[in-house]
Amino acid sequence: MRPHPDAPEPPSADRPVLEVRGLRTQVATPTGPKVVVDGLDLTLAPGEVLCIAGESGSGKSMAALSIMGLLPRPMARIAAGSIRLNGRELTGLGEARMRAVRGAEISMIFQEPMTSLNPVLTIGRQVGEAIEAHRSVGRADLTRLTVAALEAVRIPEAARRLKQYPHELSGGMRQRVMIAMAMACGPKVLIADEPTTALDVTIQAQILELMRDLRRDHGTAVILITHDMGVVAEMADRVVIMNQGRLVEDGPVLDVFERPRAAYTRTLLAAVPRLGAYADIDGPVRSAGRSGAAPAPDPARRPRPVAEVRDLTVRFDLTGGLLQRVVRRVHAVEGVSFDLFPGETLALVGESGCGKSTTGKALMNLIPWTGAITIDGTATHGLGRRAMRPVRRHIQMVFQDPFASLDPRMTVGDLVAEPMRIHGLARGRELDDRVAELFRRVRLEPDVRDRYPHEFSGGQRQRICIARALGLSPRLIVADESVSALDVSVQAQVLDLMQELQAEMGLSYLFISHDMAVVEQVSHRVAVMYMGRIVEIGRRRDVFGDPRHPYTRKLLTAVPRPDPRDRRDHFRRLEGEIPSPVQALDYRPPPQRFDEVRPGHIVDLSGAPEQAGG
Amino acid sequence: MAAYILRRLIQAVLILIGVSFVTFVLLYLVPADPARQIAGRSATAETVANIRAQLGLDQPFYVQYWRYFTGMIQGDLGRSYLQKTEVAELIAARLPATLQLMGGAIVWELLLGLTTGIVAALKRGTWVDNTLMVASFIGVSAPQFVVGILLLYVFAVLLGWFPIGGYGTFAHLILPSFTLGILGAGWYSRMMRSSMLDVLRQDYIRTARAKGLDRVRIVLRHALPNAVLPVIAMIGIDVGLFMSGIVVVESVFGWPGIGQLAWQAIQRVDIPIIMGVTLVSAVAIVLGNLLADLIAPFIDPRIKLR
Repeated sequence: MRPHPDAPEPPSADRPVLEVRGLRTQVATPTGPKVVVDGLDLTLAPGEVLCIAGESGSGKSMAALSIMGLLPRPMARIAAGSIRLNGRELTGLGEARMRAVRGAEISMIFQEPMTSLNPVLTIGRQVGEAIEAHRSVGRADLTRLTVAALEAVRIPEAARRLKQYPHELSGGMRQRVMIAMAMACGPKVLIADEPTTALDVTIQAQILELMRDLRRDHGTAVILITHDMGVVAEMADRVVIMNQGRLVEDGPVLDVFERPRAAYTRTLLAAVPRLGAYADIDGPVRSAGRSGAAPAPDPARRPRPVAEVRDLTVRFDLTGGLLQRVVRRVHAVEGVSFDLFPGETLALVGESGCGKSTTGKALMNLIPWTGAITIDGTATHGLGRRAMRPVRRHIQMVFQDPFASLDPRMTVGDLVAEPMRIHGLARGRELDDRVAELFRRVRLEPDVRDRYPHEFSGGQRQRICIARALGLSPRLIVADESVSALDVSVQAQVLDLMQELQAEMGLSYLFISHDMAVVEQVSHRVAVMYMGRIVEIGRRRDVFGDPRHPYTRKLLTAVPRPDPRDRRDHFRRLEGEIPSPVQALDYRPPPQRFDEVRPGHIVDLSGAPEQAGG
Repeated sequence: MAAYILRRLIQAVLILIGVSFVTFVLLYLVPADPARQIAGRSATAETVANIRAQLGLDQPFYVQYWRYFTGMIQGDLGRSYLQKTEVAELIAARLPATLQLMGGAIVWELLLGLTTGIVAALKRGTWVDNTLMVASFIGVSAPQFVVGILLLYVFAVLLGWFPIGGYGTFAHLILPSFTLGILGAGWYSRMMRSSMLDVLRQDYIRTARAKGLDRVRIVLRHALPNAVLPVIAMIGIDVGLFMSGIVVVESVFGWPGIGQLAWQAIQRVDIPIIMGVTLVSAVAIVLGNLLADLIAPFIDPRIKLR
């Protein structure tokens, strides 16, 4: 006898907890409906971790929102298919019924822990109402359950956090709060949409470990949506690869990584930078596998550096009190020194707040700083806008977000021409020709010059940004997380282009990045920054192959490897937060003591802060 | 917090000194001659000169301003040329009526503006939204003297629900405060709608839905406090808008506030009163803004007053 279709069937070990059949989701666009998820089939067993991987636009997030019934209304809707949770059909369930399912039987956490919590409500309230929404509990019980939920995600001093607001917590802690909220009612399924993408690697490792523990302790099945094949290899039991709304491959994690059936999976995996892949190679490697990456400049010949940085210090004042006097300071960069030689890529790596971007901005003279910086023989300290102008010809910058760094009201041709116009390098026909040449250089058709930025994809826009930077024939480009926002396949193309330009024009790059695998691939030398200081610098091969500073080691171990056989059964405990660089006025940074391990490989011996010990 | 308020009050004093100076300069440059106004048309040149000397208007500008300034910082706003009364007393006598009118207007603004704004945002793109936005547009663009006279005609003359003019009971307050508030309500409605639409797109609203919260709770607890912040900041500025509004509204409804006082003074070039009312307006604007800034951190804990 069949039970009533609405009643949840009793769970059993072999019956899937979630079954999606032929899911088709449409988004209304001005040009008619667009199918974003097309005939998706998914099966999720109890306690299983299923990773949905794919690049942007693959429909993986839309699939998750469809399951949750959280599609942005009224633009998006489920056009066909069935979603069964514990045997109960969710499509076509009314909003009130669906509300009872959400948060209780199936929960979701999102990519941005910074924006996913309400800034004006306390943590205690936000977690508490997730419980209240599904259970009627008294006030005392609610507090107890809320504290328990926070403790379950290993938030220290949980009781004290109840009164805190989201902005008082770090990114990692906020994501823990999100997980606490999602898990508070003991759902059978947790959907995590890029839960660690916005977090630093060491924090990412903590969150992934937490998710594994929760799965083990509560038997929650997890759908983990990610673009990061390292995270997939680390976490998944089974993998679903999506591309343009369609499922292209579905299988156990080992099979997908080692015997991918679909051509798309093979391309995707091939494009993933693998940390340690170039351990026995000096200098950068083209991702396409072609030879011709620029050889490392010979340190013995000692050409004049393009940039010399000595004792660079950047501090920001925090004011307060009646007279707005300086009460504390952010020690963003503390006594950083390095040289950057022609044709060389020096990578600055570190986690958020370590001062790597600030160093880049100081190099461009965009912020006040102390110390000495020489760009191509000109000391830039204290140079005004006008005096800095000739120097800017030699040093250009490419930013992280190719969407925000191009003025939407200018054609891309004008955008690329603008720096040359400002510097009076060319005009009229000549300027036109130069712009066309730059477009060809970055492998875009010159005919696209009259279009506007929104007509281009992320990768194309980043090429346009590079073309704009190249217009002044700079000797040095500061690339601040320039490929971080791009999908791996596009990322590989842009990195390739950057290396090609380096080989042709002898460009130097200051490559600022948090992505250790990308850094390994592109750089000649690496400088690891921690708390505003360089703690280790040297040839890429030396720093990655024989890391000496505890923080460098910690960073390298925290990176998930895109190889399911190399999975760490349980992560080395990477506890602790990234410390704050805000210090009292009388704070004097302890002096650094350096040791030259081998020629050019220099390590800070002055005792890493205890948090870095690992 | 205390340091913040103190600093803001010190800033306020500097602003008021600046306002007094600029107003004084403007009135000094105005071609109208107060002495002539007082003396009347038929007075001889000698009489006018006498009055001018009595009032000190024959002194050089800096002497006149210095005399006013030293008086002002002691709380002495001078005497009205025509009414022969202390300006401070005149204003003090009429201020309660004006504050009552403004208070009523703020209540209307928030009541109408916020609710219509929220409803319009939740019903975006529907006829409800369109109707409310047309209404708010009318509210913003209708001249206050037209609105006031229309309301008087319909509700006081035709229907007889409210008194035709004057001051005293709660019933007297309804129509003038509504007239004064309708402009702000239109603004708030539009601001609240766009602010609400913006907030409803935020990730934390999606989180709230993912938790399984109901719609009422999502709107009132998660969206409203975030959406109301820009409106709070607006209230401070609004007090300034009121000052021009009350001149019209008080005249239409015969409301005995400082708006009427100002109107009479402007007609007769009674400079001390004009100066006094201007300074009181400036104080109101400064305090209104300070109040709005002080309320904000209670709604958004990220705002720190330093």
